[in-house]
Amino acid sequence: MKLPRILARPIAAAPPHPSVQLVSDLAARLEASARRRLGRGLALRHIGTGGCDGCALELIAARSLVHELDSLGLRFVDSPRHADALLVSGPVTRNMREALEQARAAMPEPGFVVALGDCAMDGGVFKGSYAVEGGVEAVMPPDLRIPGCPPNPRQVLEGLLALMEAQA
Amino acid sequence: MTATEWLTAPQWEALAADAELPLLALWGEPGIVRAAFQDGDALRLVALLAEDGQYPSLSRARPSAALFERAAHDLWALEPVGTPDGRPWLDHGNWPVLNPLSGRPVRHATPPSLPEFLPAEGEALHRLPMGPILPGIGEPGYLHLSVAGETIVRLEARLGYAHKGTLGLMPGKSPRAAARFPARMQAEATVAHSLAFALAAERATGAEVPPRAIALRAVMAEIERIAVHLRVWQQVLELAGPSPLADQAGLARETLLAASQIAFGHRLLMDRVMPGGVALDLEERGLSILRDALLLLAQDLPRLGRATLRHGPLMEALAGLGTIRHDQARAYATGGPTARASAVMTDARMLGDTPYVELDLEIPLQADGDAAARLEQRIAETVESRRLLATMLDALPDGPVSVSLPQRAGEGAALVEAAHGPCLAWLALDDGGLIRAAMARDPGWGLWPLLEAAAPGTTTERLPLLMAGLGLTMSGMDL
Ligand code: SF4
Repeated sequence: MKLPRILARPIAAAPPHPSVQLVSDLAARLEASARRRLGRGLALRHIGTGGCDGCALELIAARSLVHELDSLGLRFVDSPRHADALLVSGPVTRNMREALEQARAAMPEPGFVVALGDCAMDGGVFKGSYAVEGGVEAVMPPDLRIPGCPPNPRQVLEGLLALMEAQA
Repeated sequence: MTATEWLTAPQWEALAADAELPLLALWGEPGIVRAAFQDGDALRLVALLAEDGQYPSLSRARPSAALFERAAHDLWALEPVGTPDGRPWLDHGNWPVLNPLSGRPVRHATPPSLPEFLPAEGEALHRLPMGPILPGIGEPGYLHLSVAGETIVRLEARLGYAHKGTLGLMPGKSPRAAARFPARMQAEATVAHSLAFALAAERATGAEVPPRAIALRAVMAEIERIAVHLRVWQQVLELAGPSPLADQAGLARETLLAASQIAFGHRLLMDRVMPGGVALDLEERGLSILRDALLLLAQDLPRLGRATLRHGPLMEALAGLGTIRHDQARAYATGGPTARASAVMTDARMLGDTPYVELDLEIPLQADGDAAARLEQRIAETVESRRLLATMLDALPDGPVSVSLPQRAGEGAALVEAAHGPCLAWLALDDGGLIRAAMARDPGWGLWPLLEAAAPGTTTERLPLLMAGLGLTMSGMDL
């Protein structure tokens, strides 16, 4: 098992976190799952549909924590046309509904939709506002829900892993 | 109580042209237009009765009012008479009602409008639309670029995609119950917005917050500042620097977020600052974890800072990129590291009654106003905030960490320096102590117009680097 590069190179004394064990466990599972998928990874496109951006920040943290997501089969792409899964965070605002629908339509089938965080699950604290549709569900059925406000990097990674394992 | 001056229309118009008073925000209530100006070290709040929903536009004399006037029209049906720009801003034609906060919203019958953009003059221009889903992991926004070859001739941003109607969710709730909304205006300013809101509520009700709570709030504000600066630093390095340095910035941020989880129970410190104090006390274990994290940063930050600023190709890419003039940063009340990198000495932490007065806060300043100066400024602020934090943790007062707010009518406002610039909160409470109306001004209002000013002349290839260093966010400004 390959330890993520960032953790293998301490820049000072060991930080109080992140749990090296946890991250390397996840990395190992990712690696195994990627292998099961015959080397074909999962291409992810994040779409912020109007949340406070906390979920996106934790997604960025997850990405930098496990720096080698790429080589483990999880990579981020810019176009929904190249994505296997959309990671949607934030309530779906009325002003973002159309863009989300277009992205979903552009993603090749089968195509997975992940509701990342409480807002994407059901609108979160913004539920009922004139300006939001609700969660992702109000627009399209999500395949996976990752709760939290925001979900922490561990929860994000575990969710992505579940998605990979489910379709391995 | 924070006093609002009620103005006559001529007095209102006289303020419009006063360059000594940068506009922080303009907003409304049904039939009332309100504005906040930065008056030296003080906050000046004014209001005007808008007869028939009309008021004299400030944006004729003061371009910094333009976006606020467009937003106030969409939300409160307040019409700026004489405005040079009557286009909608937050309303993209998708809401079920028009003017949702006007007190008498009507059903929205018109089909969604396509965004209109100002024409760019010149030959051989072509248009390059981007968004609302932008490259990378982040928030929605629409950029309308006019380019000649690779060079940007004009950039116009259209935001509002993250408009959640937050101001409409707050009325009728107690400040405590409504605190989750300012906490979710913008994740990179969750502490700052929460703190501004809490201070406004405390000023409105005359609540006295215990010293330990005041100190813990300042601790959280500085943790947020360092964590956000490190995120921007990491992103700039990812775009144009060596990736091992980017990893180190990311790891330093992670150190702080993980320590925050243990010390305060939330990595981003959301919902920790509450009206009346803080949500929970800092225990011994949390304190020692925070101290450890700061020791690590004390070793790493100066080293990382030197390695960054000495990296030739990186600094070359940043030098001269997106230069912002002193007068531009001042006129838009931009504040934050962006204004200070253009030699504007402003920082809401220096305002009278903050816990920083006794800490000999050293505010660095740069002169060049380009992306290199902005990165250098963020690095210097990160180092200074770490020093402040260590000092504060050594001198935490004992005692309770919250009081309950008296239930009474009042009005309050507060300005707090977030990592990207000033956050303003204003609220009015009814006789039962419930919110009648509220406003939150995010640093984004002072940053997006400067992107539009600074982008022309830059290549499309450098645009992401310019944007990363400015710390542009959408949600807070989109309300
Ligand atoms: S779930 Fe929480 S952190 Fe995520 S976008 Fe919503 S409010 Fe922000």
